[in-house]
Amino acid sequence: MDMVALAMGIMLGLCGVGAGIALIAGIGPGIGEGQAVAAACEAIGRQPEAKGDVTSTMIMGCAIAETTGLYGLIIGILLIFVAPGIFSGVLKETVLALK
Amino acid sequence: MTEQKRGRDARFRLTDGLLIALMILPLVGCIVLKVLFTPESEGVDISGAMVFLRLPAPGQELIISESQVNSWAIMLTLLGLCLYLTHGLTEKAETKRQLIAEWIVEKCEGLVQANMGERFAGYSYLIAAIMGLSALSSLSCLIGLFAPTGDVNVTAGWAILVFCLVTWTKLQGGILNYLKGFMEPIPVFTPMNFISEFSLPVSMAFRHYGNVMSGAVISALISTALKGLSRLLLGALPVIGEIPLLGIGLPAILSIYFDVFSGLMQAFIFAMLTMLNVSGSFPQEAWEKRQRKKAARKQRVAAAGA
Repeated sequence: MDMVALAMGIMLGLCGVGAGIALIAGIGPGIGEGQAVAAACEAIGRQPEAKGDVTSTMIMGCAIAETTGLYGLIIGILLIFVAPGIFSGVLKETVLALK
Repeated sequence: MTEQKRGRDARFRLTDGLLIALMILPLVGCIVLKVLFTPESEGVDISGAMVFLRLPAPGQELIISESQVNSWAIMLTLLGLCLYLTHGLTEKAETKRQLIAEWIVEKCEGLVQANMGERFAGYSYLIAAIMGLSALSSLSCLIGLFAPTGDVNVTAGWAILVFCLVTWTKLQGGILNYLKGFMEPIPVFTPMNFISEFSLPVSMAFRHYGNVMSGAVISALISTALKGLSRLLLGALPVIGEIPLLGIGLPAILSIYFDVFSGLMQAFIFAMLTMLNVSGSFPQEAWEKRQRKKAARKQRVAAAGA
């Protein structure tokens, strides 16, 4: 029984670590969106009359650039809220099969 | 004359009332279903769509979940809204609702023509439907419903529809041309092209679902945290301690970004990507070549017949 508890603990801990690692994916969109906004600011400064067009294009591009970060976020959320349930079920089945 | 007009007015109003009922009743029904089916729980409550019904079916059991029921209710609401807006149209716009309906149609047609060109002008109805359904689905969490777009199955269904449209558009240039497209620029790239072909629906589905779902999860986490904080800070006070004071109002500010802005933005982006992918995948040269060939064959047949 102790070993099962240990396995459960390792599983939960690794799920948390995995979620943390998955959220590293947020770096890319952060840099990319920052660059997009910087370029948009520059464009507005150069051509203030095109503010509306630049802003809408920038928001659209930002939302698309966000996607890769969101993949990481989905994986993180699934690892914290969904995966432990599935994995503990698998673990229990394995333990029962071994007995 | 006046008698007749009054009779028509009464009927007109009755139809109006029925249409408004068609708009509101599905959503009310969904709220009632949700209240009936929600189990009592304490603390953080983050789960997917509730399952209402499990139907036995060959292979795998058929699951009727909250997201399906809600999305059908939203479709009914949208239908009611459209019927209400177009009820009693006159040649010259007189009523407010006709002006609104005309504005919506004009905007959609303008958007589709600006992004897809003349050839795809007929797609404006599809784009308008996708946009309205997506926006209303995302906004439905404002009245406490589970947003159907927060379920990957719903958005995956839409993305598969877009994938079918893209493939259909590519097939306009002939099957051989379609298969040859996988071998661009050199045949070695075939597996990569296959992957990029199938990554389109996956990325579209996950983009929309991820935005809505992560917004819902973050909102739930923050409102629960605020409840806990207010219990910690004000719990010692006699009467005020029992009300989660910090949970009032603050989550609503986040909801403006996560639910309203993000939901509408994603609806627009989904429609925009649909337009760009469909119009971008049209093989102009191959289609023209095929049309020329067809015309030449027709001419030959006509000549042979003569």
